[in-house]
Formats: sequence, C-alpha cells, structure tokens
Amino acid sequence: MKPDRAPAGLEASAPIFAALGDATRLELVARLCRGGPQSIARLTRGTSITRQAITKHLRVLADAGLVRGRRLGRESRWELEPERLDVAHRYLDLISKRWDAALSRLQDLVEE
Amino acid sequence: MKTTTTDRIEKEVLLRAPRSRVWRALTDSKEFGSWFQALFTEPFRLGARTKGRITYPGYEHLVLEFAIEKIEPERLFSFRWHPNALDPNVDYSKEPMTLVEFTLEDAEGGTRLRLVESGFDAIPIERRAAALKSNDGGWTQQMVAIEGYLRKNP
Repeated sequence: MKPDRAPAGLEASAPIFAALGDATRLELVARLCRGGPQSIARLTRGTSITRQAITKHLRVLADAGLVRGRRLGRESRWELEPERLDVAHRYLDLISKRWDAALSRLQDLVEE
Repeated sequence: MKTTTTDRIEKEVLLRAPRSRVWRALTDSKEFGSWFQALFTEPFRLGARTKGRITYPGYEHLVLEFAIEKIEPERLFSFRWHPNALDPNVDYSKEPMTLVEFTLEDAEGGTRLRLVESGFDAIPIERRAAALKSNDGGWTQQMVAIEGYLRKNP
C-alpha cells in the first residue's frame, strides 16, 4: 500500500539489523569502531570468547557487509565497512529527527 | 549527529522557562499533545494507558498509546510506547515497546530537559528496516518543514 520510494539499498537493511542483534557482535563492532582495523588476536584479548567464536561472529558481520577482513602477511586484519553501518543508524536518525522537531515545538510552547 | 548505539536516542535541550512550566507542558496530556501533535482526551495517569489521536495532517487516522510508567513531580516523566507505529494494518501490541524518559533539572536561565528513548534493539529487525522504507523522505521531511515554519512564525 505504501509507494515504493526507498532509495536503493534500503531493502538490504534487514540482514544488517540481524547481524547486529547479538551482544558479542555488537561488542566487536564497537571495538572495531574504537580501535580501528585489528587482528583477531587483538579482538579476542580481554574477552572470554574463543578465537574460533570471534572468527564465526566476524563472518556473520562480513556476510551482512558490516566488516571486512584483509590478509596482511600471516594474519587477517578486520575493519568496519562504515557505509553499511551507516544504513543501520538510519532508523535511529529517523526517530531522532522527529524528536528534534517535537522538542523544538515544545520549546516554542514553554518559552512563549 | 551520529549515535554510537542502535538502542537509544538521547537529547538535551535548555528551555528558557521554569521547571513548573516545563512539567506542565510534559504531563498535562492536552499540552503534551499540542507540541507532540496528538489529541489526548484523557489525562496521563500512573500505570494507565492513555490513547491519543495523531493530529499531524495525513496521519489523523492513527492512534497512539502511552503506557505511563513514572510521574515524579518536576523531575521525571516516563512512558512506554510503540515507536513509529504508523501502519494501521499492523498490530503492534505484541511487540516490545521503547521507554521514553523526560528528566528535568534546574539550569542557568531555565530548565534543562533531557530526553532518552531506549529499547530499540528489541524492536523486530524487519520493523526497523520497514520503517526506513516507508518513512524515508516522507514524514521526516515534513517534520523538518514544520519545524522551519514554526521557527519563523512563533
């Protein structure tokens, strides 16, 4: 019933949310966000999760296009794909903009 | 501004009005509706569910429901609701709700209002993706237009 006005690529957001719907994977994304590209060894450090499990989670994130691995010598370095992650933030941005507009109207009301 | 989480939205605004005035604009359901663009016929009551009809042009057929969670005078007002429940053909009642919290604080020259909406990660993923699809470019742009209008015509 809704007109199809979605910009290209939006239909692809569901797998992104699915990939992010896991605490370990969200933490991995957060670590890659903070620390930039890094090896699995570094991503495993300080966690109780095995290297194998981390690798599995990274694969899920990679399948959703959120991260990518690059071979560097003996090791792979993993990094975020910022463009795809950006799509995941758009839902919050949408709600966030509505709050901005509503709060701006509230401001007009109480400051009258 | 980009958020670093997919679960919550946080806003803070300094309102040049006393706390008592801001409190009224938040907890008097009629006043709330005037800026939130909804018509509530009943007051907000602790533990109650208050229904309101959206007054924004084009969306008047939609009914909102707030489950009022906390009313701590001039300090905290919170409720749960189904965010973005804009499809009349969908039954949202079984889905998790997000929590909306308004916190008030004295500030130099007025009142600091903090808004946090949290719990988005519990909203079904397909719903979030669909929300983008149906709303992108529609409601958002209209809201921005209205905001501009109100700024110019206070």
